[in-house]
Amino acid sequence: MALDIDSYIGMQAQALKVQSRRTELLAANLANADTPGYKARDIDFREALSAAGYGTGTGSAPLPMARTSAGHVDGLGSGTAADGTLKYRVPLAPALDGNTVDAQLEQAAFAENAVRYQATLTLINSKLRSLMTAITGQ
Amino acid sequence: MSSFSIFDIAGSGMSAQSVRLNTVASNLANAESVSGTAAGAYRARHPVFKAEQPADPSDPGAGVAVQGIVESTQAPDKHYDPGNPLANSDGYVYSPNVNTVAEMVDMISASRSYQNNVEVMNTARTLMLATLKLGQ
Repeated sequence: MALDIDSYIGMQAQALKVQSRRTELLAANLANADTPGYKARDIDFREALSAAGYGTGTGSAPLPMARTSAGHVDGLGSGTAADGTLKYRVPLAPALDGNTVDAQLEQAAFAENAVRYQATLTLINSKLRSLMTAITGQ
Repeated sequence: MSSFSIFDIAGSGMSAQSVRLNTVASNLANAESVSGTAAGAYRARHPVFKAEQPADPSDPGAGVAVQGIVESTQAPDKHYDPGNPLANSDGYVYSPNVNTVAEMVDMISASRSYQNNVEVMNTARTLMLATLKLGQ
Protein backbone atom coordinates (compact mmCIF):
# COMPACT_ATOMS: atom_id res chain seq x y z
CA MET A 1 0.00 0.00 0.00
CA ALA A 2 1.50 3.27 -1.10
CA LEU A 3 1.46 6.06 1.42
CA ASP A 4 0.16 9.41 0.20
CA ILE A 5 1.93 12.07 2.27
CA ASP A 6 -0.65 14.63 1.18
CA SER A 7 -3.57 12.69 2.61
CA TYR A 8 -1.46 11.59 5.57
CA ILE A 9 -1.00 15.13 6.87
CA GLY A 10 -3.56 16.73 4.55
CA MET A 11 -6.10 17.95 7.06
CA GLN A 12 -3.49 19.34 9.43
CA ALA A 13 -1.79 21.16 6.56
CA GLN A 14 -5.08 22.76 5.57
CA ALA A 15 -5.79 23.66 9.21
CA LEU A 16 -2.35 25.27 9.43
CA LYS A 17 -3.12 27.35 6.32
CA VAL A 18 -6.45 28.54 7.72
CA GLN A 19 -4.89 29.32 11.09
CA SER A 20 -2.09 31.27 9.42
CA ARG A 21 -4.67 33.29 7.47
CA ARG A 22 -6.58 33.88 10.68
CA THR A 23 -3.41 35.13 12.41
CA GLU A 24 -3.02 37.64 9.59
CA LEU A 25 -6.65 38.74 9.82
CA LEU A 26 -6.56 39.20 13.59
CA ALA A 27 -3.29 41.13 13.25
CA ALA A 28 -5.08 43.44 10.79
CA ASN A 29 -7.95 43.88 13.26
CA LEU A 30 -5.55 44.80 16.04
CA ALA A 31 -3.57 47.16 13.81
CA ASN A 32 -6.81 48.94 12.89
CA ALA A 33 -8.10 49.14 16.49
CA ASP A 34 -8.15 52.95 16.24
CA THR A 35 -9.18 53.37 12.58
CA PRO A 36 -12.55 55.09 12.20
CA GLY A 37 -15.09 53.03 10.28
CA TYR A 38 -13.00 49.84 10.26
CA LYS A 39 -15.09 46.68 10.62
CA ALA A 40 -13.44 43.77 12.40
CA ARG A 41 -13.43 40.50 10.46
CA ASP A 42 -12.80 36.90 11.34
CA ILE A 43 -12.61 33.52 9.63
CA ASP A 44 -15.25 30.87 10.22
CA PHE A 45 -12.81 28.04 10.89
CA ARG A 46 -15.33 25.22 10.44
CA GLU A 47 -16.49 26.63 7.11
CA ALA A 48 -12.97 27.34 5.87
CA LEU A 49 -11.91 23.78 6.62
CA SER A 50 -14.97 22.21 5.02
CA ALA A 51 -14.48 24.50 1.99
CA ALA A 52 -11.03 22.93 1.71
CA GLY A 53 -12.68 19.50 1.65
CA TYR A 54 -12.19 18.54 5.28
CA GLY A 55 -15.67 18.89 6.73
CA THR A 56 -16.54 17.56 10.15
CA GLY A 57 -19.10 15.19 8.69
CA THR A 58 -21.99 16.76 10.59
CA GLY A 59 -23.62 17.85 7.36
CA SER A 60 -22.67 21.47 7.91
CA ALA A 61 -20.99 21.85 4.53
CA PRO A 62 -23.36 23.48 2.03
CA LEU A 63 -24.34 21.41 -1.00
CA PRO A 64 -24.08 23.07 -4.40
CA MET A 65 -27.22 23.35 -6.49
CA ALA A 66 -27.42 21.25 -9.65
CA ARG A 67 -26.33 23.20 -12.72
CA THR A 68 -27.93 22.28 -16.02
CA SER A 69 -26.52 25.26 -17.90
CA ALA A 70 -23.18 27.03 -17.85
CA GLY A 71 -24.99 30.25 -16.90
CA HIS A 72 -26.35 28.83 -13.63
CA VAL A 73 -24.79 29.60 -10.27
CA ASP A 74 -24.02 26.85 -7.78
CA GLY A 75 -25.55 28.79 -4.89
CA LEU A 76 -22.38 28.64 -2.81
CA GLY A 77 -21.53 32.28 -3.23
CA SER A 78 -19.12 33.95 -5.59
CA GLY A 79 -15.38 34.11 -5.53
CA THR A 80 -12.92 31.61 -4.18
CA ALA A 81 -13.75 29.20 -1.40
CA ALA A 82 -11.77 31.24 1.11
CA ASP A 83 -13.83 34.34 0.30
CA GLY A 84 -17.11 33.16 1.77
CA THR A 85 -15.47 32.23 5.05
CA LEU A 86 -14.51 35.82 5.86
CA LYS A 87 -17.16 37.22 8.18
CA TYR A 88 -17.67 40.55 9.85
CA ARG A 89 -17.71 40.37 13.62
CA VAL A 90 -20.96 41.27 15.39
CA PRO A 91 -19.88 44.10 17.69
CA LEU A 92 -20.80 44.08 21.36
CA ALA A 93 -20.34 47.82 21.70
CA PRO A 94 -19.48 49.61 18.43
CA ALA A 95 -17.60 52.89 18.80
CA LEU A 96 -19.16 56.17 17.71
CA ASP A 97 -16.64 56.44 14.87
CA GLY A 98 -17.93 53.20 13.33
CA ASN A 99 -15.02 51.03 14.47
CA THR A 100 -16.09 47.57 15.61
CA VAL A 101 -12.72 46.29 16.89
CA ASP A 102 -12.90 45.10 20.49
CA ALA A 103 -9.19 44.99 21.39
CA GLN A 104 -9.66 42.56 24.30
CA LEU A 105 -11.72 40.17 22.20
CA GLU A 106 -9.20 40.32 19.35
CA GLN A 107 -6.30 39.76 21.75
CA ALA A 108 -8.04 36.71 23.20
CA ALA A 109 -8.79 35.37 19.71
CA PHE A 110 -5.19 36.01 18.63
CA ALA A 111 -3.78 34.17 21.67
CA GLU A 112 -6.19 31.28 21.12
CA ASN A 113 -5.31 31.09 17.44
CA ALA A 114 -1.58 31.08 18.23
CA VAL A 115 -2.03 28.14 20.61
CA ARG A 116 -4.12 26.26 18.02
CA TYR A 117 -1.46 26.93 15.39
CA GLN A 118 1.18 25.47 17.68
CA ALA A 119 -1.07 22.49 18.43
CA THR A 120 -1.44 21.82 14.70
CA LEU A 121 2.35 22.11 14.31
CA THR A 122 2.80 19.57 17.12
CA LEU A 123 0.34 17.20 15.42
CA ILE A 124 2.17 17.45 12.08
CA ASN A 125 5.48 16.96 13.86
CA SER A 126 4.30 13.82 15.62
CA LYS A 127 2.93 12.44 12.34
CA LEU A 128 6.28 13.10 10.68
CA ARG A 129 8.06 11.47 13.62
CA SER A 130 5.96 8.32 13.39
CA LEU A 131 6.72 8.26 9.68
CA MET A 132 10.43 8.47 10.48
CA THR A 133 10.04 5.64 12.99
CA ALA A 134 8.39 3.53 10.28
CA ILE A 135 11.16 4.35 7.80
CA THR A 136 14.13 3.77 10.08
CA GLY A 137 12.51 0.97 12.08
CA GLN A 138 14.08 2.20 15.31
CA MET B 1 4.00 31.82 3.00
CA SER B 2 1.59 34.71 3.30
CA SER B 3 2.09 35.21 7.01
CA PHE B 4 5.09 37.40 6.21
CA SER B 5 2.51 40.12 5.65
CA ILE B 6 1.72 40.03 9.38
CA PHE B 7 4.97 41.90 9.88
CA ASP B 8 3.83 44.55 7.38
CA ILE B 9 0.42 44.84 9.02
CA ALA B 10 1.73 45.03 12.59
CA GLY B 11 4.51 47.35 11.38
CA SER B 12 2.01 49.73 9.77
CA GLY B 13 0.04 49.72 13.03
CA MET B 14 3.18 50.53 15.00
CA SER B 15 4.18 53.38 12.71
CA ALA B 16 0.63 54.82 12.80
CA GLN B 17 0.56 54.67 16.59
CA SER B 18 3.97 56.31 16.80
CA VAL B 19 2.69 59.18 14.61
CA ARG B 20 -0.17 59.48 17.08
CA LEU B 21 2.28 59.53 20.00
CA ASN B 22 4.27 62.23 18.18
CA THR B 23 1.22 64.45 17.81
CA VAL B 24 0.38 63.92 21.50
CA ALA B 25 3.95 64.92 22.43
CA SER B 26 3.69 68.01 20.21
CA ASN B 27 0.29 68.97 21.67
CA LEU B 28 1.43 68.53 25.27
CA ALA B 29 4.70 70.37 24.68
CA ASN B 30 2.83 73.31 23.18
CA ALA B 31 -0.07 73.28 25.66
CA GLU B 32 1.18 76.52 27.22
CA SER B 33 2.54 78.29 24.12
CA VAL B 34 0.46 81.45 24.03
CA SER B 35 0.14 83.80 21.07
CA GLY B 36 -0.92 87.40 20.57
CA THR B 37 -3.43 86.56 17.82
CA ALA B 38 -6.16 83.94 17.52
CA ALA B 39 -4.78 82.80 14.15
CA GLY B 40 -1.24 82.47 15.49
CA ALA B 41 -2.19 80.23 18.42
CA TYR B 42 -1.05 76.62 18.30
CA ARG B 43 -3.85 74.23 17.42
CA ALA B 44 -4.07 70.64 18.65
CA ARG B 45 -3.08 68.15 15.94
CA HIS B 46 -4.55 64.71 15.48
CA PRO B 47 -3.73 62.02 12.92
CA VAL B 48 -6.44 60.48 10.73
CA PHE B 49 -6.14 56.70 10.39
CA LYS B 50 -7.42 54.78 7.40
CA ALA B 51 -7.44 51.06 6.71
CA GLU B 52 -5.30 50.10 3.69
CA GLN B 53 -7.62 47.91 1.67
CA PRO B 54 -5.60 45.29 -0.21
CA ALA B 55 -6.01 45.09 -3.98
CA ASP B 56 -7.36 41.54 -3.73
CA PRO B 57 -10.53 41.57 -1.57
CA SER B 58 -10.00 37.96 -0.49
CA ASP B 59 -6.64 38.94 0.99
CA PRO B 60 -7.35 39.36 4.69
CA GLY B 61 -4.46 41.69 5.42
CA ALA B 62 -5.41 45.31 5.91
CA GLY B 63 -2.71 47.50 7.34
CA VAL B 64 -3.32 50.98 8.64
CA ALA B 65 -2.12 54.21 7.08
CA VAL B 66 -2.00 57.76 8.39
CA GLN B 67 -4.06 59.64 5.84
CA GLY B 68 -3.10 63.03 7.19
CA ILE B 69 -2.90 65.20 10.26
CA VAL B 70 -5.76 67.57 11.00
CA GLU B 71 -5.71 70.59 13.26
CA SER B 72 -8.51 71.09 15.76
CA THR B 73 -11.03 73.72 14.65
CA GLN B 74 -12.03 74.62 18.19
CA ALA B 75 -11.47 78.32 18.95
CA PRO B 76 -8.39 79.02 21.12
CA ASP B 77 -8.94 80.29 24.67
CA LYS B 78 -8.54 84.02 25.28
CA HIS B 79 -6.95 85.18 28.53
CA TYR B 80 -6.39 88.65 29.95
CA ASP B 81 -2.67 88.86 30.69
CA PRO B 82 -1.36 92.40 30.02
CA GLY B 83 2.01 91.60 31.57
CA ASN B 84 2.81 89.07 28.85
CA PRO B 85 5.08 90.54 26.15
CA LEU B 86 3.04 88.63 23.55
CA ALA B 87 -0.26 90.22 24.62
CA ASN B 88 -2.14 92.23 22.01
CA SER B 89 -3.06 95.93 22.42
CA ASP B 90 -6.07 95.02 24.59
CA GLY B 91 -3.86 92.89 26.88
CA TYR B 92 -5.18 89.50 25.71
CA VAL B 93 -3.20 86.37 24.86
CA TYR B 94 -4.55 83.29 23.06
CA SER B 95 -3.66 79.89 24.48
CA PRO B 96 -3.80 76.69 22.39
CA ASN B 97 -6.99 74.64 22.21
CA VAL B 98 -5.15 71.62 23.65
CA ASN B 99 -7.12 69.52 26.11
CA THR B 100 -4.28 68.07 28.19
CA VAL B 101 -6.46 65.46 29.90
CA ALA B 102 -7.75 64.17 26.56
CA GLU B 103 -4.16 64.16 25.25
CA MET B 104 -2.99 62.06 28.20
CA VAL B 105 -5.81 59.57 27.57
CA ASP B 106 -4.88 59.54 23.88
CA MET B 107 -1.27 58.85 24.84
CA ILE B 108 -2.22 55.85 26.99
CA SER B 109 -4.47 54.50 24.23
CA ALA B 110 -1.73 54.93 21.60
CA SER B 111 0.85 53.30 23.84
CA ARG B 112 -1.40 50.29 24.52
CA SER B 113 -2.19 49.90 20.82
CA TYR B 114 1.53 50.06 20.03
CA GLN B 115 2.21 47.33 22.60
CA ASN B 116 -0.58 45.24 21.07
CA ASN B 117 1.12 45.41 17.69
CA VAL B 118 4.49 44.52 19.20
CA GLU B 119 2.92 41.46 20.83
CA VAL B 120 1.31 40.44 17.53
CA MET B 121 4.69 40.69 15.82
CA ASN B 122 6.41 38.68 18.58
CA THR B 123 3.78 35.93 18.43
CA ALA B 124 3.95 35.78 14.63
CA ARG B 125 7.74 35.48 14.87
CA THR B 126 7.48 32.62 17.38
CA LEU B 127 4.95 30.81 15.18
CA MET B 128 7.05 31.18 12.06
CA LEU B 129 10.20 30.00 13.79
CA ALA B 130 8.26 26.98 15.06
CA THR B 131 7.05 26.33 11.50
CA LEU B 132 10.63 26.46 10.24
CA LYS B 133 11.58 23.76 12.73
CA LEU B 134 8.84 21.44 11.41
CA GLY B 135 10.04 17.86 11.10
CA GLN B 136 13.22 18.34 13.08
